[in-house]
Amino acid sequence: MITEPFGYHAPKSLSEAVRLVAQFGADGKVLAGGHSLIPLMKLRLASPKHLVDIGGISDLSYIREDGDEIQIGATTTHFRIESSDLLKTKCPLLPETAGEIGDAQVRNKGTMGGSLAHSDPAGDWPAAILALDAEIQAVSARGERWIPAREFFVDLLATALKGDEILTAIRLPALPSRAGDAYLKLHHPASGFAVVGAAARLVLGENGSIERAALGITGIGPKAYRAAAVESALAGKSPTTKRLEEASAHAADGVDANSDLYASAEYRSHLARVYTRRAIEKALERAQERTDGR
Amino acid sequence: MATKLLGERIKRKEDPRLIQGRGHYVDDFRLDGMVHMVFVRSAHAHARIKSVKTDAARAMPGVVEVLTGADLQGKLGLVPCAVAMEGLKIPEHPCLALGEVRYVGEPVAAVIAAEPYAARDAADKLEVDYEPLAAVVDPEKALDKGAPRVHEKFPDNLAFLAKLEAGDWKAIEADAGLKAIKARFVNQRLAPASMETRGVVASYSPGEDTLTVWSSTQIPHLLKTNLAVMTGTDEARCRVIAPEVGGAFGSKLNVYGEEGVACFASKKLGRPVKWIEGRRENLQATIHGRDQINELEVYARPDGLIVGLRCRVIADLGAYHQLLTPAIPTLTALMIVGSYKIPNVFVETKGVFTNKMATDAYRGAGRPEATYIIERAMDLVARELKMDPVDVRMKNFPESKEFPLALATGVTYDTANYQKTLKKVLKLGGYGKLRREQERLRKKGKYIGLGLSTYVEICAMGPSSRMPAGGWEYGTVRVERTGKATVLSGTSPHGQGEQTSFAQIVAEGLGIPYDDVTVYHGDTAVVPLGIGTFGSRTTAVGGTAIHLATERLKKKMARIAAHKLGVKPGELVFEDETIRTPDGSKSMAFAEVVNEAYNATSLPPGIEPGLAEQSVFEPPNYTFPFGAHLAVVEVDAETGEVRLRNYYAVDDCGRVLNPMLVDGQIHGGLAQGIGQALWEEHVYDENGQLITGTFMDYAVPKAPHFSWFETASTETRTPVNPLGVKGVGEAGTIASTPAIVNAVMDALAPFGVRHLDMPLKPEKIWRAIEKGRARAA
Ligand SMILES: Cc1cc2nc3c(=O)[nH]c(=O)nc-3n(C[C@H](O)[C@H](O)[C@H](O)COP(=O)(O)OP(=O)(O)OC[C@H]3O[C@@H](n4cnc5c(N)ncnc54)[C@H](O)[C@@H]3O)c2cc1C
Repeated sequence: MITEPFGYHAPKSLSEAVRLVAQFGADGKVLAGGHSLIPLMKLRLASPKHLVDIGGISDLSYIREDGDEIQIGATTTHFRIESSDLLKTKCPLLPETAGEIGDAQVRNKGTMGGSLAHSDPAGDWPAAILALDAEIQAVSARGERWIPAREFFVDLLATALKGDEILTAIRLPALPSRAGDAYLKLHHPASGFAVVGAAARLVLGENGSIERAALGITGIGPKAYRAAAVESALAGKSPTTKRLEEASAHAADGVDANSDLYASAEYRSHLARVYTRRAIEKALERAQERTDGR
Repeated sequence: MATKLLGERIKRKEDPRLIQGRGHYVDDFRLDGMVHMVFVRSAHAHARIKSVKTDAARAMPGVVEVLTGADLQGKLGLVPCAVAMEGLKIPEHPCLALGEVRYVGEPVAAVIAAEPYAARDAADKLEVDYEPLAAVVDPEKALDKGAPRVHEKFPDNLAFLAKLEAGDWKAIEADAGLKAIKARFVNQRLAPASMETRGVVASYSPGEDTLTVWSSTQIPHLLKTNLAVMTGTDEARCRVIAPEVGGAFGSKLNVYGEEGVACFASKKLGRPVKWIEGRRENLQATIHGRDQINELEVYARPDGLIVGLRCRVIADLGAYHQLLTPAIPTLTALMIVGSYKIPNVFVETKGVFTNKMATDAYRGAGRPEATYIIERAMDLVARELKMDPVDVRMKNFPESKEFPLALATGVTYDTANYQKTLKKVLKLGGYGKLRREQERLRKKGKYIGLGLSTYVEICAMGPSSRMPAGGWEYGTVRVERTGKATVLSGTSPHGQGEQTSFAQIVAEGLGIPYDDVTVYHGDTAVVPLGIGTFGSRTTAVGGTAIHLATERLKKKMARIAAHKLGVKPGELVFEDETIRTPDGSKSMAFAEVVNEAYNATSLPPGIEPGLAEQSVFEPPNYTFPFGAHLAVVEVDAETGEVRLRNYYAVDDCGRVLNPMLVDGQIHGGLAQGIGQALWEEHVYDENGQLITGTFMDYAVPKAPHFSWFETASTETRTPVNPLGVKGVGEAGTIASTPAIVNAVMDALAPFGVRHLDMPLKPEKIWRAIEKGRARAA
């Protein structure tokens, strides 16, 4: 398993990286943790002529609290997120999701930015990022911009990032009061990726009804998506078992589900509904616990 | 007091170097002037090779040689098959395809360059012009009249037809009081997937005219003979070394074309040639395991006594025979009655050619299929007769006093107490309590299942009369002048830990410290003779040879000591580095006796100087370890997911020399057996493309897939060898697959599900549950 020949560049600053990426154009690729890109290169399914390794740029790896917001640097590893005490209290969905990714080696090398830029249809981060209404920062020689998560995932392995842009940070709101999150996943037994992954955030009203529900779902279709029909079926309603069940039934509405050796489209859609309901139930339980001050 | 070693949990001598990354595998050998080889492989399941153009590849930087099938024709022998069977069709199997390719991954050309990278890049420049031919992938369709033929020179795809028949089938068919229970099982194709892939370094030295080969193999001595013959090298000038081998599971009990090509290329170039297999190649072109279809009929009396078993086996052999390919499914017939005394047996086995990689020995090799058939059958009988699976098993077990027990299958089981292991596992798991919990949970819409497997297996391969290339094993024990002991074994352990257990045998025998014993294996220039490590034979056959050599050496040392001490040699004991009379009144230090032997100034008459004794042990029979496993699973009725809740294993592998080594073998075996039941399947599409070609799709089990294994043992020694050991290398794999499937089917019983084929993927289970619910509604 040997890659085609390539040039390797290890810029020390973001500006240098941006310049190299612009210079190589379609011949270049950003290298972060390498845990998606290197396997593709070894299989010779990807053959970039130049790799721009952003792993050595120290100010791209951080987890920061900024008022009601959390900001995470692109090259922050899954493991750092999984083990962050700050996130465990301020945004527990992130450590919970990180803990479901691959195995220890993968989590030690793989990065959140790399995972989002790669946008694997069975990757875990996209589900969480969608459910949290995160924003993704892209930097190029032309300047910087923030892309809402809902606009970020475009198609199979395709994102809103332009060829010359480097993903530099992710920012998202901390867990509000009277809210709960959950990420539930069925692991593919071979790859460990999500056959289905459902990330839920529920915010409760003062009377205990659902003020707002956000559902990010991965593994089902060509890209992760927000289950809008589920959300609207829940918004403003009281969370009865029946209502959760009925709302979750819309989890795969309008999605062109994947079919493979492990799971047919029909089964995947079924899983989307079951996992969505279970994720909502769990998020609800947590929201109620927090509201009760437990 | 002498330290007791046999039967103790002694830490492995192998581990410190392996854990610290200080072992040496084939890829760690770098020789002066070494060049690197990669293979260009067929992307077609079946095609005619119209042309192979090598010019562009040759022109790439660093390339030193490009070889095709035509370059080897008449110069390098064929890939060998060691099996002799009446009517067996053995196709010609060149090391590089000649004229036609017959499976995806078949080597077509070898590109050799100064660097592995250069060789790999050049391989992409090789131009092979194929004319695709119709491929046959499904072994049942391969038997249809008019099916495309894998080998044109044979009239059909039937490689062999074997029958095993015993008893009075007319009486069975005439007996209206019997219940016939039928089933069809698919035992899916698997990839052995050892952590270290295959690899070889071949180094021909033109000056000395010697060929030295480092190969990741289980059978260095057999490989040496075969490579000598294939390459036309004087065998006395050939040496094969198996360094650390990072797993094999039977897949390296073979002689592969790539090994032949490496030797040929090294001889041609006069330089060392290295080939390290990639993971994709490993999944494509290292032998596969299992792949059988079993049509079963079991005849049972209403009280649960099984009187007849009939099975039609279709074994998918793939396109060519590797070393033992056709022999593997015949082991299924041999062990098909399992631990039950079934007097009437009929097994018809059809070995079939298809356009796929060859199947061959994979951990268990034919016996997991047999165990799956009979253990699933026991549960189907239980369900049909509304009996508990425990009772059906108890009803059909022979009593321990009936052993040695000759069975209808033609083998004689040595010793056993099946009732004891079953009772022990039921107690360990709390079977009665679990059954009550199951009842309770079902009422709440939760589904747990209990699955038993009371297996027996055939080990210690084997009597030479039943083996393709001898079943004996070789051992030497040598005491050096300094009193340290050197042990040479013809076996070739690759993870099992016999550097530890053999040292235990010798240290305890000679009464010297365990740390003073060093075991060597896997180098044909160091160890004169050998067969290798496979078929759970290493300790039972190879360990016995070591034990016998130790006894011989003791006899000699006792004679030397007795001569000095003026006592009879027979009364001397070896303990605490002394050789003494039992009452201790007369003694000599071990070191003194060693000095006597080497200085040779006053040896008794007829005693030769030096201290080295060897033995070749020929086993009079196989051994038959057994056990009882109990799996507890939980099925999520909404999604079909299976969770392994508990696993209890009681194994009887005869005398246990080191319980820690036994645990290791059981744990690893369980992982592989459970892997087959729940996750693993090697799948080709209808065109013969391998769709589980990477670890993204082929599900090798990993540690988080498992719950805690609870293991226990009973000890029923065998009289087949003086150590009383039976073998344990494959038990876990053989036993666990049906235990899991039985457990899942038990969990699904309320939905009327009788059988589902492996792997028990959640979708399959979900659909079966949905169907059951629809039926009930
Ligand atoms: C065995 C294994 C199991 C895995 N299991 C899972 C799993 O269960 N769930 C899961 O979600 N993932 C899984 N992964 C993928 C893993 O999470 C990867 O780390 C992740 O998908 C990519 O992150 P990376 O940092 O390794 O990116 P890389 O592989 O370095 O890059 C991936 C792609 O993104 C681009 N890229 C990377 N960073 C940037 C950036 N900052 N700006 C612009 N483009 C960029 C690269 O050019 C490349 O195209 C697994 C991987 C392996 C090897």
